[in-house]
Amino acid sequence: MDFKILTGLDKEKEAIDRQLVFTTQDLNLWYGETHALKNINLPIYEREVTAIIGPSGCGKSTFLKTLNRMVELVQGVHTSGRIEYRNRNIFDKNFRVEELRTKVGMVFQKPNPFPKSIYDNIAYGPRIHGIKNKEILDQIVEKSLRGAAIWDEVKDRLKESAYGLSGGQQQRLCIARALAIEPDVILMDEPTSALDPKSTLKVEQLIQELKADYSIVIVTHNMQQAARISDRTAFMLNGELIEYSDTDSLFSTPADQRTEDYITGRFG
Amino acid sequence: MRSYNINKEKEIVQTRNLISANMNSNRLMIYIEKAMPKILFVIALLSILTTIGIVFVLITETVDFFQRISVVQFFTGKTLKPLSQNPEFGVLPLINGTIISSVIAMLVAGPIGMMTAIFLSEYASDQVRRVMKPILELLAGIPTIVYGFFAFTFVTPLLREFIPELGATNILSPGLVMGVMIIPMIASLSEDAMSSVPNAIREGALGLGATKLEVTFKVVIPAAFSGIVASFVLGISRAVGETMIVAIASGSSKNFTFDLTQSMQTMTAYVVEVASGDAPAGSTLYYSLYAVAMTLFIFTLCMNILARYVSRRFREEY
Amino acid sequence: MKYIEHELVYKRMKKRILLNYLLKILFFIATLFGVFVLAVLIYRVLADGIGYLNVDFLTNRLSTEPDRAGIMGAILGTLWLMAVVIPITMVLGVGTAIYNELYAKKGKLQSIIETNISNLSGVPSIVYGILGMTIFVKTLSFGNVVLAGGLTMSLLVLPIVIVSSQEAIRAVPNDLSEGSYGLGSTKWQTVKNIILPAAIPGILTGSILALSRAIGETAPLVVLGIPALLIPFPSSLFDRFTVLPMQIYYWTLDSSLVSEYANLAAATIIVLLVMLFALNSVAIVIRNKFQRRY
Repeated sequence: MDFKILTGLDKEKEAIDRQLVFTTQDLNLWYGETHALKNINLPIYEREVTAIIGPSGCGKSTFLKTLNRMVELVQGVHTSGRIEYRNRNIFDKNFRVEELRTKVGMVFQKPNPFPKSIYDNIAYGPRIHGIKNKEILDQIVEKSLRGAAIWDEVKDRLKESAYGLSGGQQQRLCIARALAIEPDVILMDEPTSALDPKSTLKVEQLIQELKADYSIVIVTHNMQQAARISDRTAFMLNGELIEYSDTDSLFSTPADQRTEDYITGRFG
Repeated sequence: MRSYNINKEKEIVQTRNLISANMNSNRLMIYIEKAMPKILFVIALLSILTTIGIVFVLITETVDFFQRISVVQFFTGKTLKPLSQNPEFGVLPLINGTIISSVIAMLVAGPIGMMTAIFLSEYASDQVRRVMKPILELLAGIPTIVYGFFAFTFVTPLLREFIPELGATNILSPGLVMGVMIIPMIASLSEDAMSSVPNAIREGALGLGATKLEVTFKVVIPAAFSGIVASFVLGISRAVGETMIVAIASGSSKNFTFDLTQSMQTMTAYVVEVASGDAPAGSTLYYSLYAVAMTLFIFTLCMNILARYVSRRFREEY
Repeated sequence: MKYIEHELVYKRMKKRILLNYLLKILFFIATLFGVFVLAVLIYRVLADGIGYLNVDFLTNRLSTEPDRAGIMGAILGTLWLMAVVIPITMVLGVGTAIYNELYAKKGKLQSIIETNISNLSGVPSIVYGILGMTIFVKTLSFGNVVLAGGLTMSLLVLPIVIVSSQEAIRAVPNDLSEGSYGLGSTKWQTVKNIILPAAIPGILTGSILALSRAIGETAPLVVLGIPALLIPFPSSLFDRFTVLPMQIYYWTLDSSLVSEYANLAAATIIVLLVMLFALNSVAIVIRNKFQRRY
């Protein structure tokens, strides 16, 4: 398709397997006394959809939020181990957390548009990063909304409040908002859990398209969703990474008994 | 479609570069980021400074006062004659006036406030509540000087129709008006406490055939008891600290009596009297201001701490 | 054996239902009592004062002669007071609220600061008057001028502004700030662009209520020694001034000497209440207009 402009490069990468965006070494995380993540080692590959599944409370959202250090917004969190984003330690003092989050964007469980107009929602990211030029902003807004497949629905009401949109539209708006600063990775924390089936389908299609340009890590409680849209799947349980492999083999031939129990619905 | 996507690839590079260029050049933002918490911290400390200021001012001047008049004399003296040739500084008449006016006020505000709270929380429909609550807020928002005017020019003359021996200034009228002023406070705080009792508890009792009245007194009020107590404590604190109503309508006689028809002075009214007269700085009279204010401050502080303690215990219940 | 005497239960039930009904009426009457007093109070004030309320009264200078007395000086004084109180309480109050809610580490010092603020809001206003008199009027020798009065009033209403602003900030959903952080914005950018704009209706509502408190408050100003004499109109922060409540106070006190002073006091009360009513209406409009669903 049109995305093939980069395929020359891509082929090289595929030859040496895909390039890593994140490597995680012995990551541990505590909320106060609670040991929430235990010795996680989980590489994330470029331009793939990586799904993390597991029962609620297994630490999958915590892990996701650790990747862009959003987890630190909770008080009393401390970590050990190492996470590297493109060979840079994300906990390094010289790696400012704002820079990390600019490169590693996030879409949240509940659509959380700002109480501003649709336009200002999208322009928010570029603006805080110092892009003030109206023409460039206009371009970015259009491109991001197109990228999130919502342009046609909102192009006539850019100045209206984002709260006028439906839940599914709001979530795609939030994806567009993340796209506006052109991150490298997009983290998605159960992005469809608050949406109806039709909107869910749209977001899933969108994720498939986005993977051509972005690396996506998605946390989901919905195993079918993981199976549908992801290239690799990690299964977590009680803060531990139980199994991680490409999606097809994880769902067809799980190596661990606990994975099998979970995906066959014996618990969780 | 095709051409659009080609542009897109170009732009991706462009926007990313723009952002990372800005990120490296924007030193100012980093400085602001570092400075803001410190600036805000200094601002937040100001509240502490105010308290320290109050306590420091009150203590230093009160100490001066107690070097002239002994503590025992001050707190046990039954006569207060600050302006006479041989001044006497016994605070009991003021404490007496303060207690009497507060008791009158609470006798009005307590039952009426409580009944209002019960009506609003347990009986009133949503519509009635929506009308009544703003009216009560209005009542609470009227400046105390207006209540003072009301007590002096309306309530006192009215009461004198029934009680001929009532003085033109007396403690009864301001006490009653102060009560009216405190009704909204007790009503709204008690109502908050009562409406936060979970409905399931009410339904449990109603399901056994209890009337609303029984549910209110046997279930809701016991469950909301500490919140209600806290509202009363805050009401008392408010009554003790209230100034303008008593300063206007109760006069300035320093009577040590229980006769409600007479003029009495409260601690607050004494401060007003002394401060608006020209007490020469450094005189015992001047320092007595601080001793009285200190008494007032300590008393209301204790009441507030008590109220918080009581209502905190209440919060733990659910 | 029968455990329940149905006849007895039925008899008692009638009584219980009647009692419930009677007390319901009693509670309703008690609730109406407040409304009743408010109505009487407003009626009295209007009846006494409305006849004296005219353009001359609003624009004249103060006079001992009831016919010529006006409250322009007091109106200007109240406006000057607002001009000091608004910026000080907004900056300090909102700043403190931001710090307490968004920056402070929940520790011992923080809980001392917050307890302290709520204690301060319970301190009688007259104690603030003593503080203001001692520090601003005497120690810093401002005298009983606009600045001293404004600073004293600011300290008095600051706790109200802080507490209501903190509540407004707390009510902004975490989702929004997370959305902002997720785009790589710094803390201050998030506070400035997302949290404060969302909290501003609540902050304004609380601040307006605090301001009405400052406008109606009398006791601290009496202690500061604010006069109600024939003084020139204030034209700077260092001019002496008087305010509407002080005017009401002196006229009420002297109404036993000159009965018309009571009418003047009532007329002044009308002006004061209209001002407060206007402010509160603004607060309600803001609250309704900006009420957002998140």
